[in-house]
Amino acid sequence: MAVEIRTSGSAVTAYLYGELDHHTAREMREAIDRAVDLNMPALLVLDFSNISFMDSSGIGLVMGRYRNLAKTGARLHIAGASPQIYKVMKLAGIERLATLEGRVKE
Amino acid sequence: MKAENRFTMSVAAKSANEGFARACVAAFAAQLDPTIEEINDIKTAVSEAVTNCIVHAYKEKIGKIYITAELTADNVITVKIRDTGCGIDNVEKAMEPLYTTVGGERAGLGFAVMQSFMDAVKVRSVVGKGTTVRMRKKISRRYGANL
Repeated sequence: MAVEIRTSGSAVTAYLYGELDHHTAREMREAIDRAVDLNMPALLVLDFSNISFMDSSGIGLVMGRYRNLAKTGARLHIAGASPQIYKVMKLAGIERLATLEGRVKE
Repeated sequence: MKAENRFTMSVAAKSANEGFARACVAAFAAQLDPTIEEINDIKTAVSEAVTNCIVHAYKEKIGKIYITAELTADNVITVKIRDTGCGIDNVEKAMEPLYTTVGGERAGLGFAVMQSFMDAVKVRSVVGKGTTVRMRKKISRRYGANL
C-alpha cells in the first residue's frame, strides 16, 4: 500500500510510502483524493517521511492537491521531506503553496 | 576526455521501468564514489529524462529508450538518454519551467530539474525522428573512486 490515511479532528494525514514518480503518483493521488472527498478536512498533511525518492511527479501531486484544497479554503502541509525531496520542492517553489517541513538528515 | 568505463542499455518505454533505469545509472555512477546528494541528483535527472520519453516522445505506444553512461578520469559522468519518438518542435520552449503539453498533473519541470541537478544539459531533437538528452555532472573528488 503506497498511502496510509489517518484522520484527527479536522485534519487528514496521508502517509506516503516507497518511491514517488510518474509510475506511482496516480495510485497515491487517487487515495489522497478519496480521503479528502470523504472527510473534507481543514488541513491536509502529506507526510513524505517514508518516501525514498521523488522526482517532479511529486510536484505535480502536491500542486494538484493544492488546487483541489483551494476550492474549500483548506490548508496544505508537507512533512518529513528528505533533503532530496526538499531540494525538488524548493526548486518548484512549493513553499508558496504549502507549509514545508523537511528532515535535517537522511 | 576518453571514457574509462561505459555502459549501454535499452528499456521499453513503460512507466514501471523509470525506477529501474535510474537505479542502473546510479549503480554505475557509484564507481566515482559520489556523495548521497550527488547520487540523488543523478537519479532525479535520469528519472525526469526517462519519464519525458514515456509521457511525451511515445505517448500512446511503447517504444524503446536507449541509455548510455560514461565515466571519465576527471570524475565526470555523462548520461545520454535517447528515444525515437515524435521529437520536439521547439526545444527552447519545451525547456521553459512549467511548460507542458500534456496537461493533467505534469508539473512541466522535467528539464528545469535536469538543468538544476546536473552541470550541463543538451537536448537535440528532430520532429518525427526522436530526441537525445545529454547530461553531464562532475563528481566531487574523494578517495573512493574506482574506475
